[in-house]
Amino acid sequence: MKLTVQDLNSHYGPAHILFDIGFEVGEGEVVALLGRNGAGKSTTFRSIVGLVAQRSGRITFEGKDVSTKPTHEIVREGLGYVPEERRIFTDLTVEENLEVGRQPKRPNAPHWTREKLFALFPNLGEMKNRPGGRMSGGEQQMLTIARTLMGNPSLVLLDEPSEGLSPKIVEQMVDAILTMKKEGVSIVVSEQNLHFARLISDRAYIIERGRICFGGTMAELDARPDIRDAHLSL
Amino acid sequence: MAFYVVQFLTGLASAASLFLVASGLSIIFGVTRIVNFAHGAFYMIGAYIAFTLTERLSGAFGFWGGIVLAALAVALIGVIVEMVLLRRIYHAPELFQLLATFGLTLMVEDLVVLIWGPDDLVGRRAPGFKGAIDFFGQNIPSYDLFLIVLGPVVLGILWLLFQRTRWGVLVRAATQDRDMVAALGVNQKWLFTSVFAVGVFLAALGGALQIPRDAVHHAMDLRIIVEVFVVVVIGGLGSIVGAFVAAVLVSELNAFGILIFPKISIILVFLVMAVVLIVRPWGLFGKPEAAARKTPGLTVNPWRPLTSNERLMALAALVVAAMLPLFAGNYLLTVGSEIAIFVIFAVSLHFLMSVGGLASFGHAAYFGLGAYGIAFLAKMAGLPMIVCLLLGPLLGCMGAAVFGFFAVQLSGVYFAMLTLAFAQIVWSIAFQWVNVTGGDNGILGLWPSSWAASPSRFYWLALGVAALVTVALRAMVFSPFGYALRATRDSVLRSEAIGIDAKRIQWTAFVIAGTTAGIGGALFAYLKGSVFPDNLGISLSVDALVMVLLGGVETVSGAVIGAIVYKALNIWLVSQTDLSKLVLGGFIMLIVVVFPKGIVGMLEMLAQRRKKASPPGSPLLAKPIESAE
Repeated sequence: MKLTVQDLNSHYGPAHILFDIGFEVGEGEVVALLGRNGAGKSTTFRSIVGLVAQRSGRITFEGKDVSTKPTHEIVREGLGYVPEERRIFTDLTVEENLEVGRQPKRPNAPHWTREKLFALFPNLGEMKNRPGGRMSGGEQQMLTIARTLMGNPSLVLLDEPSEGLSPKIVEQMVDAILTMKKEGVSIVVSEQNLHFARLISDRAYIIERGRICFGGTMAELDARPDIRDAHLSL
Repeated sequence: MAFYVVQFLTGLASAASLFLVASGLSIIFGVTRIVNFAHGAFYMIGAYIAFTLTERLSGAFGFWGGIVLAALAVALIGVIVEMVLLRRIYHAPELFQLLATFGLTLMVEDLVVLIWGPDDLVGRRAPGFKGAIDFFGQNIPSYDLFLIVLGPVVLGILWLLFQRTRWGVLVRAATQDRDMVAALGVNQKWLFTSVFAVGVFLAALGGALQIPRDAVHHAMDLRIIVEVFVVVVIGGLGSIVGAFVAAVLVSELNAFGILIFPKISIILVFLVMAVVLIVRPWGLFGKPEAAARKTPGLTVNPWRPLTSNERLMALAALVVAAMLPLFAGNYLLTVGSEIAIFVIFAVSLHFLMSVGGLASFGHAAYFGLGAYGIAFLAKMAGLPMIVCLLLGPLLGCMGAAVFGFFAVQLSGVYFAMLTLAFAQIVWSIAFQWVNVTGGDNGILGLWPSSWAASPSRFYWLALGVAALVTVALRAMVFSPFGYALRATRDSVLRSEAIGIDAKRIQWTAFVIAGTTAGIGGALFAYLKGSVFPDNLGISLSVDALVMVLLGGVETVSGAVIGAIVYKALNIWLVSQTDLSKLVLGGFIMLIVVVFPKGIVGMLEMLAQRRKKASPPGSPLLAKPIESAE
């Protein structure tokens, strides 16, 4: 297994947010983490990369226990994280944003260069020197993904990549994610949009109120409209 | 004409050191969000070590090598301080780091005297720059010309460093969002340490380069730190170019102010700063802060009024305190009165800072205004004590009303700096308007009326007023006004959305706090029998901050305990040892590291632990950027 999460519990101050979360991601797999707003998707990702201080449980990445490591060490193992709110460095240019993400080559992961990323996201190549603050939401979303790929991750946590984007940009995003998959990057993508998730994912987990309540292939999920209606529809 | 040109060049030369120190402070604040009060101390150590090295090492290489070595040595000290002290407290409540670096400053002030002695030290002239150049009959030291060139050169080097190196890009990224930088695999710890080292290096270099111009002495730190705060705020926090422009502006204001307005030369700089902050609250070259930082940890221990048992305990404590005259001598009673007065002062700042979320760096202004109010009423109008006590604090009230109106337009560090500027303006007036205030000599001979003249009676008076003030402010915390004020503290936007006029509420709180401080100052004037400009000086403002933070900024009653502990310790140490600052500074740093929630905060946490097993992990160290998804 590429990534295994077992018995993950997280707290914000006195509030208990995640309850015994567990899931797995295989080598080269794209796995969707589905759930409504506030279900705990982002907290799960933030806990995996160590951005939530109060967490317990066991997180194994490529056979190594990373549960207690600080954020930058987890990321340097090759576990990339693309946050939901994009968090572009608005004062830095596109190239400088990419520079922040740059990490050395990794033997078991595709190597991304600026040129390769500009080919993947042609819009970015046209605005290399533009400050991040003067880009559209879609362009910023592409930049966050490109920035994380500069770290040559073998697995990427993508937090709601389609949120707030126009249909045309979402299409580009689907293409980009499928290209990443083809290159051999394993992906966990959190989504509220089942349609988007179906286009890219091999398997899905559903999270509701901080608990995993379903896990299976996309076909298995489609065979259970009751689950879909109970946990995903609005 | 030539005279003015020379004056201008002298100003430019002074700007060089100021720029070095200010850019260092700005860089450190940008990345670590620490307002490094010890920056002046690093500047001072830089000057002292450079003095020693340039005396020992001979020749031109010895001099310039000594300067650079001194800056490097201090940078190394900075690295140790960052790793041992600051790393432990990055996630402590905001301003707590200020307390730690203040403790460090205190220690350095004593250590410097211990090592180099109390006398001014005059360093070597710079080899190659010993002479002066004749300019239409006026002399310009050639070293000044060197400094004039050096400033822009350093600016250029820093610019290249930040624009053209990976380190610079990482630092700029971390200035904006340091957790995201970590989430991209960058080791924050070393980034912070290296930034701190560079900032301290610049400060120490600024100090070392001063030795051919000025004598080295043990009060350099406080003088420069105030000026550097001003420069950084005028230029905009985090902007190197801004620091340069502001350093030139401030130095020229100093150079020409003394010619044009000799009476108000000190005020001029602070006046300009106040105007800049009101017109451009984020400084000339700064950027408006994207989003206000979350108030850390306040939800963990919700505030509540005292239970009836706790009220009885507080009353019992008051009764015990009131029995002090039964067994204590006059000296102890005077100390007791002073502590009671400082409880009033600390409680008033606590109201503004903890309840209102407005950390004032110049709260002593209103304390001092209250004291001067008494002096004017009693000495000039000859009014009796009881009338003076009732009217004197009004001066503090008026000062707070005027300054507070402008100050509450800002928030965070900028609020702190504007209040500091206002306090310095008031201090300058008291210091320079000799005809009215007596200047440095102060106003003497204020004695209480006979009904309060004996030490025990005055003690009872001070204790009674302190108790009344504390109870009144506490009641206000749990009144509708207090709820509204706390709402503006937690989120201005949300409170305005439910119809609270945030600025008016904050202004009211400012006036209440200022008036209360004025009451403390009024009593203080009678206790000491005199008033001096120091009664509204920056060190008194810092004392108040320390008392609140020491007690616990997130607690309701921390200020009372903080004031008692700090003041008692301070007085006792001064009477026991010549190295009181060293011990006090060490004590403050220890408290910061061991009890990051303050004394009362720690007690509350222990009490809660005993009540129920707390959730795993320690809530007080929860990262401030966390928000429930």
